[in-house]
Amino acid sequence: MSKFGSSSNKKEVPEASSNSLSDIVFMLLFFFMVTTQMRESEQKVIIKTPAATEVAKLERKDLSANILIGVPTLSYRALYGTDARIQLNDSFKTVTDIRDFIAAERDAHTEAERSLMTVNLKVDQDVRMGIVSDVKQELRRCSALRIMYSARKPGGNEK
Amino acid sequence: MARRKFKEIGSTADIAFLLLCFFLMTTTMGDQSGLNRRLPPIPDSEKAQDQQVNRRNIIIVRINSADRLFAGSEPMDISQLKDKIKEFLTNPTNSPALPEKEAKEIEGKTYMVSKGVISLQNDRGTSYQAYLAVQNELVKAVNELRDDFSKANFGKKFSQLGEAEQEIVKKAVPQNISEAEPKDTGKKK
Repeated sequence: MSKFGSSSNKKEVPEASSNSLSDIVFMLLFFFMVTTQMRESEQKVIIKTPAATEVAKLERKDLSANILIGVPTLSYRALYGTDARIQLNDSFKTVTDIRDFIAAERDAHTEAERSLMTVNLKVDQDVRMGIVSDVKQELRRCSALRIMYSARKPGGNEK
Repeated sequence: MARRKFKEIGSTADIAFLLLCFFLMTTTMGDQSGLNRRLPPIPDSEKAQDQQVNRRNIIIVRINSADRLFAGSEPMDISQLKDKIKEFLTNPTNSPALPEKEAKEIEGKTYMVSKGVISLQNDRGTSYQAYLAVQNELVKAVNELRDDFSKANFGKKFSQLGEAEQEIVKKAVPQNISEAEPKDTGKKK
């Protein structure tokens, strides 16, 4: 100790102050506020997206509409069965409801932003393509042509 | 040190902790990534006839209901698909069976642009995983060709180019993947 503290003050070592604790916690708080976003809706279907190496990031997250396709979670199976279902916003829907859903999403954005709107297809890896093709055909009919197949990087966290 | 005046500084930390817990519970980490694709618009009946493509310019990649892959009518493993697509798009030997190339002027320079189109067909019973794996291989093939092109012309990888140069490369190596109308081939459902 004496080697380092010898130059100026010979005071005792003060107790560890807890003043900086709040600063540290605030810093953590800001970190989480910046890096995370609000959970948009309750997920009622089980989705494990397939892995793909060539994934690109979604550019405008606020301009995306999510369509979830998968098997209902355990608590909804009694009602909706174990076949793959489409979830829009908070409820189970059918292919015919996609038109209204897209129209509502379009209305929420300004004219200029509408052309940039991307439909994010979050589909479970075990779903058959039949239902996905139906959704794609319906999207073409609504001329919502920018789509993204949600996928995760191999080895990344499974979500 | 103005802060020394406040004796009860400990509660600030508690409040911040509460806020922190709140945000941890209500938010998710954003990991939105995937493969971007443009769907073709619904064709008008007249236009459909114009879009007849020369047979040599098209490769049909088909996945059947048992997730088997066929590329240009021969069965294939997914690991071979990328090289097949690259060969198809580059046509290094100028073979008459592979797509023709067209000299195109982009930003004052002429490049040989392949006219090849990849047509991806799937069955209603194909699993999404297999479908996306094939999509991924197709994108990978195009991305590698773009990298090669960028290195040959600009001496850099595609991702390191500027925006204007990336546009040139995108035009010179187009990503022509057509997702065909679903056909009910094989057994239903």
